Amino acid sequence: MNIIILVKLVPDLVEELAIDSSGNKLDTAWLRMIINEFDDHAIEQGILLKERHGAVVTVVAPDLEGVDDVLFTAAAKGADKLIKIKGDFAGTNNHAMARAFSAIVKELQPDLVLTGVQANNDLDGSLGPLMAGCLEMPYVGYISGVTLGDGKSKIRKEYPGGLIAEMDVSLPAVLGIQAAEQPPRYVAVSKVRQMMKTSTIEERTAPDLDMAGGPTISRMFQPEAAQHATMITGNPEEVATKLVAIFKELGVL
Amino acid sequence: MNQDIYVVIEHLRGQVAEISYVMLAGGRELAKGFGGSVAAVLLGNKAQGLAANPSPTSGKYLAADKVLYMDHPALSDFTSDAYQKALAELIARDQPRAVIFGSTSIGTDLASTLSIKLNLPMVSSCSSFSADGKFTSQICGGKIMAEGELPGPTALITMVPGGYKTEQGQNSRAPALTQVEISSVEPVRVTLAGYIEPESGDVDIAKEKVLVSVGRGIQNQDNIVLAEELAKALGGVVSGSRPVIDQGWLSTSRLVGKSGKSVKPKIYLALGISGAPEHAEGITTSDTIIAINTDPAAPIFGIAKYGSEIDLFDLIEILTEKVKQSKGG
Amino acid sequence: MITYDVIKSILVLLALLVAGGIFLWRVYQLLWVNLRLGRPSGPFKQWGERIKGVVVYVAGQFRLFRVLIPGTGHFFIFWGFLILSLTILQAIVEGLVSFANPYFLIPLIGSFGPLALLQDLFAVLVMVAVIYALVVRLIVNPKRYLGSHKSQGVMVLMFIFTIMFSLLVMNGLRINLGQDPLHIWRPISTVVGRIFSGVVAGTQEVIIEIAYWIHLCVVLIFLTELPEGKHFHVVTSVPAVLLRNLEPHGKLPATPDLNGQIGVSTIEQFRWRQMFDFYTCTECGRCQDVCPAYASGLPLSPKLLMMELRDNLKERGAALKTHSLTGTSQVAQKPTLVGDVISESVLWSCTTCFACDQECPLFIEHISPIVDMRRFLVIEGRVGTELQDALANLGRYGNSFGQSERMRARWTQPIQPPIKDARREPVEYLWFLGDYASYSPALTDITVKTAEVFRKVGLDFGILYDSERNAGNDIRRVGEEGLFEMLLEKNSAALSKCTYQAIVTTDPHTYNTLKNEYPENGICHHPVLHYTELLDQLITAGKIKFSKKLGYKVTYHDPCYLGRYNGVYDAPRRVIEATGCELIEMPRHKDESFCCGAGGGRIWMAEGEIQERPSESRIREAVKLEKVTTFIVACPKDVTMFRDAVKTTGNETRIEVKDLIELVHAAL
Repeated sequence: MNIIILVKLVPDLVEELAIDSSGNKLDTAWLRMIINEFDDHAIEQGILLKERHGAVVTVVAPDLEGVDDVLFTAAAKGADKLIKIKGDFAGTNNHAMARAFSAIVKELQPDLVLTGVQANNDLDGSLGPLMAGCLEMPYVGYISGVTLGDGKSKIRKEYPGGLIAEMDVSLPAVLGIQAAEQPPRYVAVSKVRQMMKTSTIEERTAPDLDMAGGPTISRMFQPEAAQHATMITGNPEEVATKLVAIFKELGVL
Repeated sequence: MNQDIYVVIEHLRGQVAEISYVMLAGGRELAKGFGGSVAAVLLGNKAQGLAANPSPTSGKYLAADKVLYMDHPALSDFTSDAYQKALAELIARDQPRAVIFGSTSIGTDLASTLSIKLNLPMVSSCSSFSADGKFTSQICGGKIMAEGELPGPTALITMVPGGYKTEQGQNSRAPALTQVEISSVEPVRVTLAGYIEPESGDVDIAKEKVLVSVGRGIQNQDNIVLAEELAKALGGVVSGSRPVIDQGWLSTSRLVGKSGKSVKPKIYLALGISGAPEHAEGITTSDTIIAINTDPAAPIFGIAKYGSEIDLFDLIEILTEKVKQSKGG
Repeated sequence: MITYDVIKSILVLLALLVAGGIFLWRVYQLLWVNLRLGRPSGPFKQWGERIKGVVVYVAGQFRLFRVLIPGTGHFFIFWGFLILSLTILQAIVEGLVSFANPYFLIPLIGSFGPLALLQDLFAVLVMVAVIYALVVRLIVNPKRYLGSHKSQGVMVLMFIFTIMFSLLVMNGLRINLGQDPLHIWRPISTVVGRIFSGVVAGTQEVIIEIAYWIHLCVVLIFLTELPEGKHFHVVTSVPAVLLRNLEPHGKLPATPDLNGQIGVSTIEQFRWRQMFDFYTCTECGRCQDVCPAYASGLPLSPKLLMMELRDNLKERGAALKTHSLTGTSQVAQKPTLVGDVISESVLWSCTTCFACDQECPLFIEHISPIVDMRRFLVIEGRVGTELQDALANLGRYGNSFGQSERMRARWTQPIQPPIKDARREPVEYLWFLGDYASYSPALTDITVKTAEVFRKVGLDFGILYDSERNAGNDIRRVGEEGLFEMLLEKNSAALSKCTYQAIVTTDPHTYNTLKNEYPENGICHHPVLHYTELLDQLITAGKIKFSKKLGYKVTYHDPCYLGRYNGVYDAPRRVIEATGCELIEMPRHKDESFCCGAGGGRIWMAEGEIQERPSESRIREAVKLEKVTTFIVACPKDVTMFRDAVKTTGNETRIEVKDLIELVHAAL
């Protein structure tokens, strides 16, 4: 059983985001790139499947700042192979990434491809379903549970309101993970550091990045709130008193 | 090849999802500029009634100029593979100006794959359009907006709610329905095994009048009891955003937002909630939103009526006290 | 001729051989076979200091007196035991040679009058102490004995009483029969003898022999029982004190590399010196009484922990004996030490406040095995979600608040002129703030006041701005050594570019690790001062002039990592005094200070099933001091914890929490 996990690095929203001088891109000066939270869940789900079914897990990530740490952390959790794809991924889009990855992923002959259902910087769809298109595999997203059988998998797909659909998906397939069956496990820093000494990251080069299929952005900006809340100031005593007055006004008290 | 705007209607277990109306409203905006009509694309099995009959909740119909209905047993419940194949056939044949999907569990299973398969451009997370064919999308948790011209010849779009009201996508007349041929959806690689009902919670937050809602700012499970005290004093219940439910601090029946419930309380008190789009989606139908968050740049202040930057832990117990006092005395 | 005396000699010899044999065999199992499983310890240096320790803490029973009356009782039992051991020796020898001379007295010790008097007096003192001890165990039953093997204690006390009483009877009757040349030196025995004065001489002879056999047998039974359970401390106490850890308290031992295994998961992975501690626990419960986790209702008791480790060591030693020692790791341990025998929640309950290690009369280290086992849990990823989030934030952003590094110095924005950047220019004092002082919005006010005070007293100081990272004290105590190293490397890189004479910090946890743990890693060789020490120095040198005498009635809470760990008690008190405040001490002050509950990483964890927060207990203690209206602390986490506790105990109008710097600020 061959499981491939695709990982994207996305802007860390803890930092203050800014638009660069061109007006249509994010300013990369203060940008910190971190692993896409949903891809972290995908790694966790992949490792859980390995623990249950004895699969070989390969993690594939683009060469962006911070990728080595992401890959070694995956290795420390149990990933067997690490692949870093070299190319100019800084300004690219998901279509380009999907095309660049698919040639390499095809070679690896996966039974299952896992990736996060979405990423915070998606503007041209998500990597998962795009990959499925390139690989001509079925895709199901918003997955919160996966079990593997012979040539197929049973998955749980989330709908709003807590409704869940159980579906059978024939393998090979691409799954977009919303949440792993358990939260991503903790990995001690010393274990990651140990991986840095004992594991190797295989490097592959992507063919030229073809961004066709994505939109052309003419302007990026930070939203001016059309409205802003009326702010209540003061010490806790004062704020509480004003809130009680509001509650009364609205007829709740 | 036409200048029509196709809207892929989302329905689940016999009900049209709210996002469908938002998409129709967006579609109408685009159609004004391109000069074509708005076609609601409905896939299902013996599901004509969804377009032909009024919605049981609103009594309204889809605000489309026409409905293109594709019928097949494999389409009776949504599954990505069969739906994707049926739509591929339709889009390749008709070549509309744009196809709008929901940025949802249903729509996102379809749009991107079709983009590669049909070699058509796509743009996602759109919240609104302009009549001259521009889209506006949001990324990075709603902190960044991106604008551009809708690509061609056929743009595949996924939409998020927020830019249009549900009413703008509703009509008081049923649109004309045409059944469209499907040649084949075989092989079907994804099949539905069954549904699992959500945890029937002790409460239905969608029916509550007062919600005291907690986000990451509540910090840990032990502090939820503070919110419960306040909720009790106000005659309401506690709800939460995704991070709180994922940690297991509240049951899934209390989740507010895109993957949870949309709520319509008189008062929605958001404590330590940033107001990211997935959550905001669920609360815009509230009468009054009051947001408490120490981060002045939190997006929630853009949709709340009242707000305060005070630390929720400094406030909550005093507020509970005062509420109790005002009731007692 | 086979007389009674001959039989007596033979029986004594046999009894001695059997009892002695059992005793030695048991000691061999415990101290040789089991301890050999453990990892190396030492080297042990500073022998002068060590021997002095034996004199003060064993001979002087110094720490025992922290609980005064039981301590005094034990003092007499201990010294009685030593002095009267000579009488036991006499009894054994006279038994062995009785076939030749039934009245044999060992030269010197058997015939020295003053010694005989001392022995007589101590016999009574011991009996009184034993009766007191029995009353305590059976009637008073204090909480510290919860979980201890009380029946063992009672049994041994009865043994001791019997040994003493039979000795007095023996002596008394011998005096009656004129067999004791030292009779004038044994007034107590004489009185005991008088009880039997009406008995016929022949019967008295018999009673003497009966008393002798009871005396001897109970002694020998006691000897065989000695290695079992808590009375083994009789054997291990002197080595325990002799070989105690003389490193600074605030310096955790480094992780030895166990072929890639970090932390302890099975008992044989402890160092033999730690195993020795497990044997030495007397189950006295003094540690349990001062433990803030235990007091709050959490499952941790340092005493019970030691007892479980001791029992596990014995079981494991026995189980492994049937396999060759090279295969130790293959002998599966079910139940597992970490997880089953000692649950994860026990291990995570510890605040590392050092009260237990401080209180223990035999210097047992409780925190060290806890941290070793935590290290294992961390490697295994068995960490609760809240702690996991905190560690992830510390790893990614260098602070537990999950905020960007760039926000660390945001508090400095309103300050004009700007605070010196120690990375750019040389400073005399490099002010290392710590996470809480930098990031917590509630504490910004205090941090700003600190800067103002530093300015006003003319200090040449600077900060690291956003190059500062969490110093890692609590990360080490949580068991994440790798993360500690990583942050240390970052801090080290920042510090190495700076020119400074000393480091001053406002956070005792930061203080502790910078002072005690950074130097061995190659950095921070400059003096490290807590701000109270610095202010104290400046006040003594006359460099600070206070313009006001505040006159508040205050109490001072000694922070764990400033007081117990680093001995800084007086400097803060002098500073308080200098501001013109009146200091009224809480009952638990200085090295008995009661932890606020935030240490050991607990401020990052879910509270758990708590009955009364330690911080609330402390505030209630302070509030009992009627005149006190201000609660002074010298640690940012204390400010946070105690302000919350004042609210939750409903004391907002009664008492106010202030950092010491606020007093200084107001008085300048």
